[in-house]
Parts: sequence; C-alpha cells; structure tokens
Amino acid sequence: MHVGTGASIAFWIMAVVAVVSASGVILLKDIFRAALLLVVSFLSIAGIFVTLNADFIAAVQVLIYAGAISILLIFAILLTRDVQEGNPSNRLKIPGMFMGAVLLTALIVVFVNTEWRLSTEAPLDSTTAALADLLFSNKFVLAFEIASVLLLAAMIGAVVLARGEDE
Amino acid sequence: MPVDRLATGCQPLGFWDGMGLWEQWGINFFPRLGDTMCRAMGGATPGGIPDWLIFAILGLAGAFAVVNVAMLGVPYVILLERKLLGRFQHRVGPNRVGFFGLLQPMADGIKLMTKEDITPRVADKLVFSLAPLVFVVPVLLMFAPLPWAPHAVLADLDVGILYIVAVTSAAEIGVFMGGWSSNNKFSLFGAMRVVALVVSYEIPLVLAIVGVVMLTGSLNLAAIVEGQRFVPNLLWQPLGFIVFMIAVSAELNRAPFDLLEADSELVSGFHTEYSGMKWGVIQIGEYAAIIGFSGIIATLFLSGWKGPAPMPGYLWFVLKMGMIISGFIWVRATIPRLRVDQIMNLGWKFLLPLALINIFVTAGEILAYPDGLPVWLIPVNFAFAAIVVAVAARLLGIQGQPRQVVPAPPVFETMASS
Amino acid sequence: MHGDYFNDYTAVLIASVAGVVLVLTAFVGSLLLSPRARSALKDIPYECGIEPVGDQWSQMHFRYYPFAILFLIFDVEAVFLFPWAVVFLSPFLTSAIFYEMLIFIGILGFGLLYSWKKGVLDWR
Repeated sequence: MHVGTGASIAFWIMAVVAVVSASGVILLKDIFRAALLLVVSFLSIAGIFVTLNADFIAAVQVLIYAGAISILLIFAILLTRDVQEGNPSNRLKIPGMFMGAVLLTALIVVFVNTEWRLSTEAPLDSTTAALADLLFSNKFVLAFEIASVLLLAAMIGAVVLARGEDE
Repeated sequence: MPVDRLATGCQPLGFWDGMGLWEQWGINFFPRLGDTMCRAMGGATPGGIPDWLIFAILGLAGAFAVVNVAMLGVPYVILLERKLLGRFQHRVGPNRVGFFGLLQPMADGIKLMTKEDITPRVADKLVFSLAPLVFVVPVLLMFAPLPWAPHAVLADLDVGILYIVAVTSAAEIGVFMGGWSSNNKFSLFGAMRVVALVVSYEIPLVLAIVGVVMLTGSLNLAAIVEGQRFVPNLLWQPLGFIVFMIAVSAELNRAPFDLLEADSELVSGFHTEYSGMKWGVIQIGEYAAIIGFSGIIATLFLSGWKGPAPMPGYLWFVLKMGMIISGFIWVRATIPRLRVDQIMNLGWKFLLPLALINIFVTAGEILAYPDGLPVWLIPVNFAFAAIVVAVAARLLGIQGQPRQVVPAPPVFETMASS
Repeated sequence: MHGDYFNDYTAVLIASVAGVVLVLTAFVGSLLLSPRARSALKDIPYECGIEPVGDQWSQMHFRYYPFAILFLIFDVEAVFLFPWAVVFLSPFLTSAIFYEMLIFIGILGFGLLYSWKKGVLDWR
C-alpha cells in the first residue's frame, strides 16, 4: 500500500498541531492548561504513528502517554502549592535560552545532514505479531527483561517516596 | 481503493473494505436499500460524482449511524434503569409520559435543553465548556471497532481491543478538566477520587483482556468473535470474566463503586457545578460508556453477535448487551456503596493478583494443550475460579482491617474534662 | 485481511468529528432555548448552601500519587503483555516465551509485594 496524499496531509496537520501545542506547553502561564496542551501534543504524535502504519505503537502512545503519564502529571500539579500563580519567572532565563539555542542548532545540523532513507517494503498486515516476534526472540529478550528491572526501580522509588512522607 | 470498486458498479455493496455496514444491514434490515443507494450514488453515473465525495458522504453516513446508535441508546438505557430500579424497590417507575413512560427520555431531553446553563464566574470558562466534550468523544470513539454483525463494523482495526482500552483511558482527562475548571472544592475532590478509582481498576481490566487475547491470538474484535465459534470465552475464562465485570463496573463508576455520586460526601463529584445541557452531555457520556462496555463484554466473553439459534447477528448482540446492562442495574439496586479504602484494597490486593493468576493459568493450559483446550477443562476452570476467588476474598478479609478509630480532637477532650 | 488500514482510521477520524458535531449541536440548542438570568448568588461555588470558606484552591493529599505511579508501571507492563498474548499460540515460538514472561511478571510482582508489605497499597 502506498502512502497516499491523504496520509501526507494528515501528517502535516498533525505535525503542526504537535509542534504548536508543545510550544503552548512552554509558553502558557496556566500550568493546568499547559498540561492539557501536552495531551493534545501526545495525541497528535499518536496520529503521526497511525500515518506511519504503526497502529500498535499509536495505541500504546494514547494508552501510556495520554492516558497514564498525563494523569500522573495532573496529579503532580494538584499536589503543588500556589498553583494559581502559574509558572514563576526563572532566574536562569538567559543561560536557559543559550542552552536551548545550542540544542536547537545541534538538532537542525543533525536533521539536515542525515540521509533520510525511506523503507521500500510494503507495510505489514499486523504489526503486533511482528513486534512480539522480535521482542521475545533472542535478539531483544534481554532488553525486555531489563525493562522489568527498570519498572521495578520506579516502583521502589514510588514506595520510598510514599513512605518518606509520613516518617 | 474502495472508490474504484464503487465506480465500477454495485456488486459488493460494502463501500469500504471492512465496513460492510450497508451490505449487512441493507440485506438484513432494509432489503435493497444499500443497492439503491449504490446505484444512486456511483453505479449509475460512474465518474459523474467525484470519488472523494462518494467516499465522504458514505463515510459520514456510517459514522453518524454508529455514533447515533450510542447517543440514541442512552435515553432508553436511562429509562430501563429507572423502570427496573422502580421494580426493585416495589415502585412502578416512570409511567406518565407516553405508554409505559416510553416518551420519558424525550421529556427529559427537552427539559435539559430549556434549563439555564450556568457557568460559574470564577470558573476557567474555556476548559469548563470543553470538559463535557472531552468526556464524551472518547466514549463515542469506543463504538468504532465494535462488530454489530458479521462485517458490520465501522473500523475493523487490527489492534481493536487495545484501541478501545487506550481511547477510554483518555476520558479521565475530561473528568479532571471538569473538576479543575469549576473552581469548587467538591468538584476537585470528586475528580481526584474518580481518577484514583478508575486508575486502580484499569490495570485488572486490561490484564483480564490478556487471557482472551491469548485464546484468540489476535487483538482484532472480529477475530475474537470468530474465535468463539463453538464455545464462548466465558467458559474458558470464568476468572477473567469475574475480574473484568468488577473492573468494568468500577470503571463506569457504577454502584457499588459510585464514589462519583457519593452525594452524602461530595455533592455530586466533578460535575457539581454543571447544569443544563452540559450536565446532560456528561450524563450521555456515562450511559454511553455503559452501552459500550456491555458491547465489549458481549464481544470478549459472550461470543458477540454469534448465537445458538438462527437470528440476525445484531439482534443477538443487542440482546446480550441488554442482559449485561440489566445485570449492572441489578447490582446497583442490591449492593451498598463501598468506602474508599475498601475500594482501593479490592482493586490492588484482590483483582490485580487474580488477573495475574488468570493469565498464567491460561498460559499453562494453552501450553499443555496447544491443539485446542479439551472440554473437561470447563468445569475445572469454574471450580478453580471459585476456589481462587474464595481464598483471595478470605485473605482480603483478614488483611483489610477495619479503619482505625480517629481519636477525638483535643478541643473536645478539654471541653469534656473542664 | 486488514488491507484497508487507512480507511479504518479515516472512519475513526470521521466518528470523532461526528461526536464533536453532535455535542456541539446539543450545546448550541441549549444556547438558543435556555433562559438566562444571571445573579450574584448563582456565581458562588455550590457547597450545599453554606457559604464557601477559604480559598477555592486546596492542595491535594499525597496519598493519590503512589497509586498514579503504580498505575503507570502496570500499564507499561500490560503493553508488553499484549504482543506476548498475540503470539502465544504461534507455532514458531517455543515454550521459552512462557518463562520469559514469568520472569518479567515475577520481577514486577516482587515490586507489588514490596509495596504491599510497606503499606503503600493501604488508603490512609
């Protein structure tokens, strides 16, 4: 199946939405609205995955990022004090801008200098099974098991945080 | 591309592959309507109408049909609930408007439309108005991959069930938006509680699906129905079914998990400040979720549109959904509301371990009998489920100690001693 | 089998647009039909008839946060379980896949038991 014009139009719309809402996250003073814009950005990235025939990854993007990480973020916002005041202005504004500019330049250089190759293979019928075959084969099984250790570390971190609060 | 096929003639009436809505319903429900439509649109004048226009019109028609099934089903589910609750409490239920109160939903709708829509002055108005929208649209999207009959599906997604889980999890953002933007303490407390509850029960819900997926080897809902050709999954997965049912009623904020509507504590949760049609839209979202989830239960565990007797698929499907909805109403009329700490214990210490056990027992069974599970496993499964549930409930009962008695604040002690 | 991938996702897109349009129609309908009578009393946050005390904003209790982190972790775990379940029946894989997942869940189960013992799962 070739990528038709519809898919490229969809890609550009969602790319623009993703970038605009991501910059909204940085620029808005109201941090709750900023978090909501972050969700919009996550969703449009999921849409980009859909145009790339990566439907499993798209569903995961919605489930984990829009469904779980955003909830975590909003919980964190509600835990903070004086949330109505919004983002206080930062003393490190100038160094921050400088670092941002350096990072942006680096990204642009990489982006321009990379030779982007498009896969000529036909997209798979079912991406889920192909993903699983790779994930549970000898190739990536170690990475898969290490992921569980990473998650365990996060879980223990949560426990320590929660216990530290009442001791 | 489907448009080519439309332009060449009317033979297969399905206008999108995987979306034979007119094909299926046209033949079963309105004879030859699909054929007539096809001739009117493309078959008679190939090239006369632009292809994309045909595509757009038919696509919109299909989408509106499915979304409307959800939206129009809601008032009648509400009526069914009021009628049944009335019966459970030895009342008659609504019976004044129309025959047997059948027009009651219309009256309710008109009433909501003509009510004043108050937006609190202190509210974040934009977020406040968008919250019902964000709450409802994910619920409506849940209906897209549901197979109503063979091939009668709006979007035959390969990742079907994962898509549904993902989309429904986005509705919590709407709850937060409503609770936050109202600028009311009770709204925010309600939103926090609901999200904590939904988040806790989403894990067992997702894990209970894994057992079904293992039996089928596909995430696609049509394939899952096809996999239940002989035996519904309920018989192979009694433990998964129990976990899924409990998790779904928590996810829907139904009794006994209706902390959202714990009106003695929280007024009415995150939608305290909502009124008029915005409140109505939130109600539509809640009841549409009930319809959608009962459709998912029917598809995953009760063999979807398949049935033992020759009857059109969508009738079987609607029948099963109706049974499940009535079951939810029965539970609501019977079981009292749980406390927050009990709910959290049930989710994390009861359902989550059971869901994990279910996955590995299913995996073991499949490993032992890779060429198809033997029939004698069905009673074994049920006995095993009963034993595991009983043991886990016992452990939970011992573990979940009663809440500590809060000592009286010092003010009262001094008053008593003086 | 699922050749019309883009058609299916276009259908999802159209369904979401249809949902938005229907909800907006309801909003516009109520905007046209509903009466408007503003008063200062209606603007007060509803707290069961008692006048609101203190600031509208109240900081949330910390107890919600560990549950959100645990939710995120188990959600990620579930994402790994789905592809595993899909290929579980496939004849090309040996029973090693079963033990791989047993180890994965075992490690996470240890974390669950740890937080259980430490009382994080208790609602306080």
